[in-house]
Amino acid sequence: MSTVTDYVSRIEGTCGAESDVIVNFKYEKKDEVIANILKKAHLKNTLAGIIFELTFEDRSFRLYTSGKAIFRGFKTKTELMDFLTKLLL
Amino acid sequence: MDPQAIRQDFPILNRKINGNPLIYFDNAATSQKPRQVIDTLTDYYTNHNGNIHRAIHTLSSEATELFEKARERIGKFINTTSPSEVIFTRGTTEAINLVAYSLGCGNIGSGDEVLISLMEHHSNIIPWEIIAQCKGFTIKYANINKDGTLNYDDFESKITKKTKICCLSHVSNVTGVINDIKRVTKAAHDNNALMLVDGAQSVPHMKVNVRDLDIDFLAFSGHKMLGPTGIGVLYGKKEILQKMPPFQGGGEMIKNVSFDKDQCNISWNELPWKFEAGTPDIAGVIGLGAAVDYLENLGMNNVFNHEKELTQYAVEHLKKCNNITLYGPNDLSQRCGIIPFSINGFSSHDTAAMFNEYGIALRSGYHCAQPLHQIFKLSSTARASFYVYNTKTEIDRFIEILGELIP
Repeated sequence: MSTVTDYVSRIEGTCGAESDVIVNFKYEKKDEVIANILKKAHLKNTLAGIIFELTFEDRSFRLYTSGKAIFRGFKTKTELMDFLTKLLL
Repeated sequence: MDPQAIRQDFPILNRKINGNPLIYFDNAATSQKPRQVIDTLTDYYTNHNGNIHRAIHTLSSEATELFEKARERIGKFINTTSPSEVIFTRGTTEAINLVAYSLGCGNIGSGDEVLISLMEHHSNIIPWEIIAQCKGFTIKYANINKDGTLNYDDFESKITKKTKICCLSHVSNVTGVINDIKRVTKAAHDNNALMLVDGAQSVPHMKVNVRDLDIDFLAFSGHKMLGPTGIGVLYGKKEILQKMPPFQGGGEMIKNVSFDKDQCNISWNELPWKFEAGTPDIAGVIGLGAAVDYLENLGMNNVFNHEKELTQYAVEHLKKCNNITLYGPNDLSQRCGIIPFSINGFSSHDTAAMFNEYGIALRSGYHCAQPLHQIFKLSSTARASFYVYNTKTEIDRFIEILGELIP
């Protein structure tokens, strides 16, 4: 059975009051991840065809075709991992 | 100065990122390395590697010669009185920690004051706060103006007879503001206080002359000035360094260790080795020497003018863009090649991520200067910063992409 770690290589907090979290996807899985996310999440907007503004379960985030997504507003890592489980698997 | 010719010396600039040519605008974080520095490191490890100062054999002798010659060249670069005023550290952060710990252990205590500005990098705040908690001295913070410039009146008014040392960055790593170091140094010295300057963002980009500035300490990093990571410099006036206790203990920094019954008797080595415990980053020092040679060859005034021209060009064009806010003083004569900005509707991290899709490297966040962002009431900023290999063509591409993303 797949887990989030099969698709995610690194999760990094950022410095800044926004508390953004950068999720880097595994290079070899990034196309699969992006396709999955685009199927599951609601597409609000596309910037230049390479950046996607999406919503999933009332949360907005941006997805980048180079293989990362930036999320915000998660209070704990568990909350983020639960969200990623629903989004990616 | 011909940036196109300079670019030929930087192999990494041939890289493509996400299918686009790399445009490297993150120079305030770290610079790229010219072939001359890379080749020097390779040559050292290929032909001369040995531990310095400790053996008779040829490799040790060659390594020592290369190491100490680099110290001489780095000293000349900032115009020290003697190479013994150049102490090698891991970087600016360790250099400031050295001064804070050494002075804190020996010269600063309860009832004394340390003055720091609110525009400082955390590296010039936290070491002092840590030592203040142990030693019980007071830290005062000097305010900055709305445009990010130093409030000189506030700074000078906070220097008292209790002030032991004033600490100020030469150039802000967030706004690029250039501080008038001569002015504040005079104010510090008039009150018998020492002056420490964080030169991490100035030494790589302009001529810095420690004797002309009359400063007591200068800290800077090799990796921001074309040199390797993990090597930095603390300059200190010889007569002050001689009075300071060592920072770290170990090999190299002692002259004699002997036991008399149960008593351990230690005498410290001479400067600069008193402050260089353990085997140093020999290759890093030699590589930094090569970086200094490269910059000397370009001419530091040419480097400064080139970056000034790029900054002026970028600011003029960015001001015409929609939904973008620029920070820092409008008077560009007070600024180096650092441009902090934000785009409406995008966090700084989204901004950096968007530009990365096009191969443009920017930095985002607090840039280790959270107090400055608090004053500006900013959650974070994106930052573009330039160096010798950047061009107006790269800025044009940056502006073009900005227009595509944020019409």
